[in-house]
Amino acid sequence: MMKHFTITKRQEEHIAILEINGELDAHTAFQLEQQFKTLIETEAYHIIVNCSNLEYIASAGLGVFMAYIEDIRNLGGDIKLSNMTDGVYHVFDLLGFPSLYDIHRDESEALNSFKTQK
Amino acid sequence: MKASTSHSINVSSSTEHLREVRNFVQNFVQQFDVNKNDLDEIILAVDEAYTNIIKHAYNNDPNQTVKIELGTSTDTLWVQLSDTGFHFNADEYQPPDLLKRIKNKQRGGMGVYLIHKLMDSVEYSSAGKTNTILMRKRI
Repeated sequence: MMKHFTITKRQEEHIAILEINGELDAHTAFQLEQQFKTLIETEAYHIIVNCSNLEYIASAGLGVFMAYIEDIRNLGGDIKLSNMTDGVYHVFDLLGFPSLYDIHRDESEALNSFKTQK
Repeated sequence: MKASTSHSINVSSSTEHLREVRNFVQNFVQQFDVNKNDLDEIILAVDEAYTNIIKHAYNNDPNQTVKIELGTSTDTLWVQLSDTGFHFNADEYQPPDLLKRIKNKQRGGMGVYLIHKLMDSVEYSSAGKTNTILMRKRI
């Protein structure tokens, strides 16, 4: 069966960048959850999630961001989001995420915001 | 009022069928002159309703069935999902306090709120062993 959600991980200095691709729903959300767990285990608390190839998100996907943001911020890091399509941003917006999450137009802006925080 | 059914499927209650359910909805709705935003919102509402049935009505038992019917009447598109699992009273939902949920590391309960935001009307009913959610959106 073809995978309809994949994650590619990159590193830029101390910042972990996750490119999430495809459809993030109740079936695929565990994959993102696993990535956040692994990042926390390896003490990588500065995380950018690049959503440029995220085609779809349901509330189960949003739930993963909700479950880990507090821990990661308490550990001195953050989960920043970037490159959302209008359709994906609309779902985040309906649930009030923009006031509580650091959402950037593109990845370099998200990177800069980490670097200026240091 | 619900016009005669135009399109329906019975699908097993497993998240592995989510994509198939979304495609089914998309194929039906695309026949009409619906803008992209409305199409996306209808697909997401059905995804959330189907996911809630899997989790709450059927407690993740993949051997159960969900019936999904779609139709139109005048300027309205309607979708009905039926199950024979536990009845859950989703009428009594509260708009989620996102900050509080993040602090408490809660992640559920957003689906019902989303459904109400995405659709123009949402009705729940139970008759015998069957629970239904009927959602409508003007298109």
